Amino acid sequence: MTEENIPVADTQPVNPAQLHAKFRMRYAGSDSSAFSLDVDLRLPGNGITAVFGQSGSGKTTLLRCVAGLERAQPGRLTVNGETWQSATLFLPTHQRPLGYVFQEPSLFPHLSARGNLNYARKRSGVANSDDLYEQVIELMGIKPVLLRYPHQLSGGERQRVAIARALLIQPRLLLMDEPLASLDTARKQEILPYLEKLRSAFDIPILYVSHSLDEVTHLADHLVVLQQGRVAAQGPVGEVFSRMDAPQLVGSGASVIWHGKVLERKEQWHLARIACAGGELWVRDTGDAPGQQIRVRILARDVSLTLSRHEDSSILNRLPVSVLEIATDKEAGMALVRLQAGSDVVTAQVTHRSVDYLQLAPGQRLWAQIKSVAIVR
Amino acid sequence: MFSEADLAAIWLTLKLATTVTILLLIIGTPIAWWLARTGSWLKGPVGAVVALPLILPPTVLGFYLLLAMGPDGFIGQLTRQLGIGTLAFTFQGLVLASVFYSLPFVVQPIQNAMQALGERPLEVAATLRAGPVDRFFTVVVPMARPGFITASVLGFAHTVGEFGVVLMIGGNIPGETRVVSVQIYDHVEALEYAQAHVLAGSMMVFSFLMLLGLYGFQKKHFFAGIR
Repeated sequence: MTEENIPVADTQPVNPAQLHAKFRMRYAGSDSSAFSLDVDLRLPGNGITAVFGQSGSGKTTLLRCVAGLERAQPGRLTVNGETWQSATLFLPTHQRPLGYVFQEPSLFPHLSARGNLNYARKRSGVANSDDLYEQVIELMGIKPVLLRYPHQLSGGERQRVAIARALLIQPRLLLMDEPLASLDTARKQEILPYLEKLRSAFDIPILYVSHSLDEVTHLADHLVVLQQGRVAAQGPVGEVFSRMDAPQLVGSGASVIWHGKVLERKEQWHLARIACAGGELWVRDTGDAPGQQIRVRILARDVSLTLSRHEDSSILNRLPVSVLEIATDKEAGMALVRLQAGSDVVTAQVTHRSVDYLQLAPGQRLWAQIKSVAIVR
Repeated sequence: MFSEADLAAIWLTLKLATTVTILLLIIGTPIAWWLARTGSWLKGPVGAVVALPLILPPTVLGFYLLLAMGPDGFIGQLTRQLGIGTLAFTFQGLVLASVFYSLPFVVQPIQNAMQALGERPLEVAATLRAGPVDRFFTVVVPMARPGFITASVLGFAHTVGEFGVVLMIGGNIPGETRVVSVQIYDHVEALEYAQAHVLAGSMMVFSFLMLLGLYGFQKKHFFAGIR
């Protein structure tokens, strides 16, 4: 791991690191070639941390090391100040206060949905109130299927029961290994809202492994990018996405993720105005009430630059910005311009011709026109 | 229909098969679990020893067991020191021999069912705070249930059907070691074909029904059992 890959996490005072994992191990990759995992991570103690990477990048192995299902040597792991693994200690999985949701819904086939939930309740080791039970069942919407057996449930229902089961063990850390990967698109859309509710209803740090950019932008607060067993980037998700090398890291066009709050709804226009750290934006009205937190993604290719404020344009959103950095995009003839907007950052993808024509240079003040804003939640 | 001696033989056979099946489930389960999970080099040799009765003539097994149970054999010396005397030509001796003889029929279905479980259910149980013993009884045993049922049926039926080992170890003592298969042999030797028919026919029907029931069950639980 090279030093310049790390600093993103340190640029902003994030939550005190609650999970410190240092693992080194060799493992067999999916194509039977051997890779090695070599990571040193300090992750926040709340919110959803997505571990993102292509298959074979070691994300599942990392998660299994945290769970104690693999034994990394040397390995070191502290969670909330408790040591789970060190040079002299290795807590077996069943002694670690964690919940684990596997890629395929792994319900016990010989137990009903309720039997599966009770399996966890009996072993949580914590006074298990009926309130929590009711809350979890309500949250995951599985009340109607409790008496059914796993083979009588749909894939989405099974995964919801599996998530509920992991919650009922009352974990202090929830590990999720691509919980949506085995589901088709429709089932994914069915479960995503439950995961979003989960984040707001429970104050459990979640480590969420995924290779889906869509899920990461929807859910993650913090992002770790793994490449061939090494940490290529880590930090708050917005920061990692806005990095100039984001296309190489996450395999999609550069973008930024902004968190905003709904200010007002204009129902006659089907628009809502939201306030972000980078400025105010008009977005499609999703029916969210004023005050609601919302998350938007702005792709660099949807941002264009003008020297003056064009009031006579059809573009809804234009923000005053200043140039931070100009880099060459991997796409031929294109440049990525990193811009300061308010107290946040946005990137624009423009042609090199435009860079020359507008004589763009760091520090220069201009206007960013944003053609479209995708609401990711 | 059955003579007094026939009924005694049937009763003895059922008692023997039941005792052996229960003992085999107790002994065979840990062996099957170990064989299903181990990465040790001993897996091959142990597996082969367990499977030996499948291919050995029963007389070979019976011969060595007879020697071992005799006054100079290691089993014989052990039982004499314990004050039980020797086991040859006793019901207990028959039980011991049958345990060896039917071992693969119990171990293999259980082992197959346990192997078919894979690692995942155990990992799931571990993340739900179940320790090793807890995992075995709440996950492995219930999930391998079809394997246990197949094992019980085959172990029972195979013990009922043994002949060569009984003849070598047990001899032919009424009420002690004379099981149905030996009784049929006696009838035939004495040219009592009518009585032999009754017993032999009953065995046919019994065995057929056992296997019919088993295959019907396996069809529902196709994932376990002998493959």
